[in-house]
Amino acid sequence: MPTQKPRLPELPPELQGTVHIMPWDRLYNWSRKRSLWPLFSGLGCCAIETICAAAARFDQARFGMDVVCPAPRQADLMIVSGTVTKKMAPQVVRLYNQMAEPKYVIAMGACAISGGPFKEGYNVVSGVDKLIPVDVYVPGCPPRPEALYNAFLALHARWDRETIRSLRWYQKDEDEGIPVPALGPDLVDWRLTDKIATLGEK
Amino acid sequence: MYGLGILKSLSVTMGRFVMTYVDDLKWFLKGGFGKRYSPVALPVRQSPKGRGVFTVQYPKERLPLPENYRVFPFQVIDPKTGEARCTACGICARVCPPQCIWIVRATDPETGKPKREPAEFYVDVAICMSCGFCAEFCPFDAIKMDHDYEVAAYKRDGEFLWNLERLAKPLAYHAEIHPTDYMAEQTARGRKAVREKK
Amino acid sequence: MAEEIQISPPTAELLSILEERFPGAAQPAECEGVVIAPDRLVEIATFLRDEPGYVYLSCVTGVDYPGPTARFPARFEAVHHLFRFQGGSLTLHVHADRDDPVVPSLVSVWPSANVQEREAWDMMGIRFEAHPDLRRILLWEGFAGHPLRKDWQEPYYEADHKPFPSRYPMGRPVPAEERTLLGRNLQYPPDWSPAGWKLQAEVPVYAPMDERAAEGGRPMHTDQVVINVGPQHLSAHSALGIVACLDGETIQRLEPVLGYLHRSHEKIGERNTWLANMPFTDRLDYMCSMSNNFGYAVAVEKLLGVEVPERAEYIRVIMAELTRVMNHLISIGFFTNDIGVYLTAMLYALEERELIIDLFEMASGSRMMCNYFRFGGVARDLPEGFLPLAKELVYERLPRRVDELERFLMDNEVFRARSIGVGVLPADVAVAYGCTGPLLRASGVPYDIRRAEPYSIYDEFDWDVAVRDGGDIYARFAVRFEEIRQSLRILRQALERLPDGPIQAGKKQPIVKVPAGEVYGRVESPKGELGFYLVSDGGPNPYRYHIRTPSFVNLGVIGELCRGHLVADVAPILASIDIAVGEVDR
Repeated sequence: MPTQKPRLPELPPELQGTVHIMPWDRLYNWSRKRSLWPLFSGLGCCAIETICAAAARFDQARFGMDVVCPAPRQADLMIVSGTVTKKMAPQVVRLYNQMAEPKYVIAMGACAISGGPFKEGYNVVSGVDKLIPVDVYVPGCPPRPEALYNAFLALHARWDRETIRSLRWYQKDEDEGIPVPALGPDLVDWRLTDKIATLGEK
Repeated sequence: MYGLGILKSLSVTMGRFVMTYVDDLKWFLKGGFGKRYSPVALPVRQSPKGRGVFTVQYPKERLPLPENYRVFPFQVIDPKTGEARCTACGICARVCPPQCIWIVRATDPETGKPKREPAEFYVDVAICMSCGFCAEFCPFDAIKMDHDYEVAAYKRDGEFLWNLERLAKPLAYHAEIHPTDYMAEQTARGRKAVREKK
Repeated sequence: MAEEIQISPPTAELLSILEERFPGAAQPAECEGVVIAPDRLVEIATFLRDEPGYVYLSCVTGVDYPGPTARFPARFEAVHHLFRFQGGSLTLHVHADRDDPVVPSLVSVWPSANVQEREAWDMMGIRFEAHPDLRRILLWEGFAGHPLRKDWQEPYYEADHKPFPSRYPMGRPVPAEERTLLGRNLQYPPDWSPAGWKLQAEVPVYAPMDERAAEGGRPMHTDQVVINVGPQHLSAHSALGIVACLDGETIQRLEPVLGYLHRSHEKIGERNTWLANMPFTDRLDYMCSMSNNFGYAVAVEKLLGVEVPERAEYIRVIMAELTRVMNHLISIGFFTNDIGVYLTAMLYALEERELIIDLFEMASGSRMMCNYFRFGGVARDLPEGFLPLAKELVYERLPRRVDELERFLMDNEVFRARSIGVGVLPADVAVAYGCTGPLLRASGVPYDIRRAEPYSIYDEFDWDVAVRDGGDIYARFAVRFEEIRQSLRILRQALERLPDGPIQAGKKQPIVKVPAGEVYGRVESPKGELGFYLVSDGGPNPYRYHIRTPSFVNLGVIGELCRGHLVADVAPILASIDIAVGEVDR
């Protein structure tokens, strides 16, 4: 039975950081890796592979992820699995805002990365990173449960370069969250209002 | 007696729980300590004959993928020429359902006529739905479906638009992951060569 | 260029009866069925339901003919497909003006038209007169335009039909984001500005609930609360919203809110080629991709007129029945998850599913999105290791595990207390609401399309239709267990008799030109009747691609089922209907 190491993506320079990692950072990161609680938020077909990843064959409890939280306040990780539609966009942003820091997002599947095969759909947001920041992208339609585990390991690898001081939770300014988009003649993203107003002038 | 049904359900659960230990013990006595999935054990434990624990512990243990499995396409590099087999006929780009294949056909710099090779070839794997039509309808066995699913990334820009260089893999790799298909292709090519000689 | 149109005459007898009773109201349609004058529609519909017995309205949809073309003048058309349980089908067409389409609503005759007419209003803009509640169902109130009209273009519009010329031979990739002014998949009406605009979309969802709450009519002021079992919840179904009006914990009125996974299959389907739609059908009911492929292949093969070779038919039936077993196992497993057995039985069911999708992966190449069927056969032949594994599974493992699961569940007192007498659906209500599949058969109506209108080779096998009386959750799961056993019976016969031979009629074509015409092809998918209404204009792309999904129509009855029950019963009732949201919203 082959037991090769998983192939993880290379950390880009902006995520590598230049701060010195102290022993308490190592302890913090070590403990986080072993109890990452995902949010129960399956949107589409990839949700079935998420459920399979949690089921008996690819047991998620080995990673400490068996507590699938129904409430966003308790969750650390939102696996956006499935197509994000414009009708669902306000709820996705609300869920992200309600999650407590530190929080991470995995965009699972082609639809969450870029709208996927349904990109030209009129009710489809072409990628969840148009709404919320994403930490790891897993392509596939749907990605295998092993590919999802590869994404978890990539997320863990990212934490090796994180310190407690750099976390959002410990920063001084208040986090207002992302403005929740509204459903108008089309999805209204409040961060784009200036651009929409200039369109009218054109 | 009220509660008999609940006892029945519990007996099912208890039976399966005990079975996991009995099965582990059986394979321990057969295979030895340490590897739960020895080469003898894996085909049985992950088949309909399996009885106990069903887990495959990725990344230490991997399920073998069947030959037909399709993740993303790759371009086959012919060892004789060192170039891709692709002739830029455009069938894969036409047949792709989400239209994620982009091809620029090469032109001869002197005559300006089109050449039978791609100048540029891109697959946008952030859109690819792994349907396999490109590999199924390619008449030159130039594009095939890969088995490699470990393709996660931290950023979206520049990571998911794969060009010809990123897509290129040698013919030996294709022969390794698709043995039956490769044998059939070689037989067909051999027959064609014989016919053409005649 | 006028194509030759095949006119298949409707039942001449029926047409003459209609001519007798309602002179001048009915004409034969160009392709199939009868055209009815709008002002006589409700009368004729009532007559058809009561006398010849067309009690089952399967599909209501709209088609846009912007015209005028050689074939059709400009008009909107509402198409209704009716069936009789004793056999017999009828298609009614109603023409409406292209500028202001109005068609009488048939909700008073067949309540199953309710959700489907709302969808036709949402997508096409056809107004249904006398509909009790004509609101948008898949999109939100305030959305600009009716997307399935031929002149409506989506923000990322590139060309009318695929393949797009920009991909080859000069195909340098341009991300879709760069082709729009906003850089996003968004477009707004030209004179609209976000300044000073207020959110309106949620008012129409909750307003009908509030009205009903106010209608409580009790002299003492009691609180009726409207709650939102929102699109993210723990009941293992992806994004489906439910709005309930409660009195204490008892449900007074309940309505599903759909459209959270509306991915515009139908608009994309019109842009795709015929074969390119096959992998998209995988994504409809994502757990049963083989059945969806089957439905689409059956419908298109009716238009093409190809005959499928015998080995391919056997392989198709094997895949479809394995899918049925898998779907029912998942449905049972997810149900136990919903009533609170947090993961135990779901893991048992998913273990069997993993073994079945191992077979699918071996044959087709993917665990879930199989894309295995082609027009005239299947994509590739069964690999070598398939038959021994399939036989082991079907003969030894599955019967044993299904017996074990039944022992686990059906005698359990807790399960019985939560499912017997809960969510009772009487047979006449089920038929009126157009329910199909195990939901209908658990109410005592033995209607299974594989027996009523056999497609493929189902009439060559020896099997029974699973039926129970009772109509409650317990009966539905009893029907599912029985159906698993009948599917195993069919599988044993099919695996035994699998012949050798070709798996594809003729050569596989990437771009298929389907002759002009229209067809309604339906199959018995594990969740109910899956129908494809296809209109072809003779070209390589469909003219109209409509999918009648069982989950969408079955969900129309959930309000009736939940009334009077407690909030905690909503999840089990929803699980017993067995829906897939990808199919509901398309």
